[in-house]
Amino acid sequence: MLDSPTTASGSGFHRLTTRLHLDMPLLIGSTAVALLGLVILYSATDQDMHHVWKQVIRLVVALVAMLLVAQVPPHWLRRIAPVAFTAGILLLVAVLVVGHTGKGAQRWLNLGLFRFQPGEMMKLAVPMMVAWYLHDKALPPGRLQVALCALMILIPTGLIARQPDLGTAVLVAAAGFFVLFFAGLRWRLILGMLALGAALVPVLWHFMHGYQRQRVLTFLNPENDPLGAGYHIIQSTIALGSGGLYGKGWLNGTQSHLDFLPEGSTDFILSVFGEEFGLFGILVLLALYLFLVVRGLYIATQAQTTFTRLLAGGLALTFFFFVFVNAGMVTGLLPVVGLPLPLISYGGTSMVTVMAGFGMLMSIHTHRKLLPT
Amino acid sequence: MSAHGDSLRITAPPARGAAVLGLCVLAAVLLVVRAIYLQVVDRGFLQRQGNLRSVRVIPIPAHRGMILDRNGEPLAISTPMDSVCADPEDLAADPAGIRRLGQVLGLDAAALRARVKANAGRQFMYIDRQIPPAEGRRAAALDLPGVFLRREYKSYYPTGPVTAQVIGFTDIDNVGQEGLELAYNKWLHGVPGSERVLEDRLGRVVQDIELLRAPRPGRNLTLSIDRRIQYLAYRELKMAVQRHHARAGSLVMLDVRTGEVLAMVNQPSYNPNNRTQLQPRRYRNRAVTDVFEPGSAMKPFTIAAALLSGRYTPDTMIDTGPGWWVVGGETIQDVSDFGRIDVSTVIEKSSNVGASKIALSLSPKALWKVYRSFGFGSDTGSGFPGASPGWLPLFTGWNRIDQAHLAFGYGVSVTALQLARAYAAIADGGVLHAPSFVKLSAPPKGRRVLPARVAHELTAMMERVVSPDGTAERAAVPGYRVAGKTGTVHRAVPGGYAPNRYNAVFAGFAPATDPRLAMVVVVEDPRGEYYGGQVAAPVFAKVMAGALRFLDVPPDAIPPRQLVWGGRRA
Repeated sequence: MLDSPTTASGSGFHRLTTRLHLDMPLLIGSTAVALLGLVILYSATDQDMHHVWKQVIRLVVALVAMLLVAQVPPHWLRRIAPVAFTAGILLLVAVLVVGHTGKGAQRWLNLGLFRFQPGEMMKLAVPMMVAWYLHDKALPPGRLQVALCALMILIPTGLIARQPDLGTAVLVAAAGFFVLFFAGLRWRLILGMLALGAALVPVLWHFMHGYQRQRVLTFLNPENDPLGAGYHIIQSTIALGSGGLYGKGWLNGTQSHLDFLPEGSTDFILSVFGEEFGLFGILVLLALYLFLVVRGLYIATQAQTTFTRLLAGGLALTFFFFVFVNAGMVTGLLPVVGLPLPLISYGGTSMVTVMAGFGMLMSIHTHRKLLPT
Repeated sequence: MSAHGDSLRITAPPARGAAVLGLCVLAAVLLVVRAIYLQVVDRGFLQRQGNLRSVRVIPIPAHRGMILDRNGEPLAISTPMDSVCADPEDLAADPAGIRRLGQVLGLDAAALRARVKANAGRQFMYIDRQIPPAEGRRAAALDLPGVFLRREYKSYYPTGPVTAQVIGFTDIDNVGQEGLELAYNKWLHGVPGSERVLEDRLGRVVQDIELLRAPRPGRNLTLSIDRRIQYLAYRELKMAVQRHHARAGSLVMLDVRTGEVLAMVNQPSYNPNNRTQLQPRRYRNRAVTDVFEPGSAMKPFTIAAALLSGRYTPDTMIDTGPGWWVVGGETIQDVSDFGRIDVSTVIEKSSNVGASKIALSLSPKALWKVYRSFGFGSDTGSGFPGASPGWLPLFTGWNRIDQAHLAFGYGVSVTALQLARAYAAIADGGVLHAPSFVKLSAPPKGRRVLPARVAHELTAMMERVVSPDGTAERAAVPGYRVAGKTGTVHRAVPGGYAPNRYNAVFAGFAPATDPRLAMVVVVEDPRGEYYGGQVAAPVFAKVMAGALRFLDVPPDAIPPRQLVWGGRRA
């Protein structure tokens, strides 16, 4: 992963990308995944170009968002962090009060022109906020600081979980936690929290929505309810497994095209991918995702301030977590939480968020000051 | 740390980087292992499971055979129809679509919406079954969510009510339910084939994979029925039943040489193509399923027994005066006092007293044997579903009054088909045939029940019935000699006989010199005129005249004047 953002002797193209604060590995990697997504989306929507074009437009919007965010210098990002976070909290409260209900959950704010999910914005605002708070503290953080960070994470997480949107809540919590983890949260504390979490499972169970409990039960034994809640998992593993080593070929998946696979173009698109491109395709896709994560982590190691280092690490790890949760759910490793496959699933908001996150990574990487070596 | 915030990096604990990388790799390995497990290790099982969900062996409906009349005219045709099906869950989401679907199919939109809602928990429902393919295409063209067509076959009956009870009908799955559709279901139905297909979640066939077994279409069935005679018989019987405000009626025509059923109609009838109003009394093939007392139409068989005994000739004199006779405490009456008459006149005038006296002079066993030999009280062997064997009491239980009553057709019950068959036996020179609804390639071997001489004597007597002096002048057919016998029977009602309710019967055959066609007409409970010679005989004459003409039967009673005319012209 060679790069020299400040080398003036580069080619014209190189100068252009430097000027635009673009990071070519991230740009190419993410675009490649998104294009692969369009290819499989064409198949998953039964060759409906209408949907594919809509997704192309979203991709363009997301790339523009990435480009714009990349222009914002990291210290600006740090300054707007508390503002964005506070605004996000207010919006989340607003959603609970006047939010637009869709698919049984209140997630959207109708802003006239478009609908907006504040929870999505928190995926970026929470790690920014935690990184902002820890920026001028001595690391590893003390107990009081950890407690304050926990509040910054748990308040938005709780608000999002109330909507209910378990997937986003988990992701937001993870994003905040990863920043804290990079700040040097002690292993003792992590293990303690895990133990506490395990102890709290019965309490959590009590506060869970009926459908959430059902999902956990179903995860533990999908054959319990093969026509109801277990249907997703059973169908998705069947679709994946019947793909075999090399898959049935593009557009030739039977389970997805014959309507047996629910949510085949959104949360369960990886099943379609696995059925048509096989294990080989899954490995290629996973490699692309890993490439993006490793590039993000590399950017974190090269970051020059506490804020940028923590934020870059947190974002990269969150992205990986995002992929892992979706893939785990589709392959039956994890319970079903409603999370799309980043950059591939049909749908706009999460793509814009992910690309904006990459934009932040680019900004962090391209705004570094040359240090005397 | 500067106020600006761009401080130099502060080293985090070095273990973090390794831990992060370790966790990432661990998670990635976990995913890969899981993917390998699903896609390599468990692949066979999961592929089978996938096929279980989408690969189906479905039956290919076999085209049902046609039912044709003896000249190849169609009486029942299997026609392709479309059934509009839907996934109610998908369709319920499109109220405007339901309204448009209702418009196209002519269904009430509100009722349809309610029906879709009621089935919301299911994944399949019929919107409309078996509609013409053109209408089905219009419904499919709306391209509504979850709506699709299924091809089915439906039997269509071009002759409708004319052949309704004989042909019967099939159910919505094209399986015979009544009549010959039921009797010959196996022959007509064929063997459905099967094929392996790819189906989607809604059961729509997406792709044909392979043909496992080609369907064997049902075979056509050629009936003995002659559609032209059938139409004529239907029209005449219907008109008679209406004119006389009768309750019901039946008509059977047989080919006397083969026993083939050329026509069989009933009133009231129904339209087999539209069975929305179920009225079982219209569905019965009364000519085969319903029994009645033949009354005087039984007399020729009594006389046959007398002639067979050797003690009677057509000229043997019987004293029928004074027009009534007391037997075992009951009075047997004639319409008027005929006095001393010969056996032929007993038939001609239909004397109950004469027939009773003759019957009582014979042994019960001999009389019973003759009745039985003509098929009374036993199944005709036609194979028609629900056919009744009628009823003839065994001679050992007879007392004198029973025997006297039997002589003129009370205490015995027959179906129209049985009676027609017995008359056909006399017509065919004493040979009894099993009736057949199917066209026969060769005349079957019948059973001789009378010497030809006796049959000819009977025929001569029965010709006199249709003479101006007989009881059924109106059964006469111009140009042909007709033999027959009337029956006017008190209707049996619970507790005895109705004093003023009758069944009018006429049975006969033509041409008398070389009989070809035998026919029985029964009109139940006519109002006003009620004699067999008034109600049933005219129907007989009209249908017989038409049938003889259709079949090109040469006339045997051409008046000399017409012969001269024909000669001059030629």
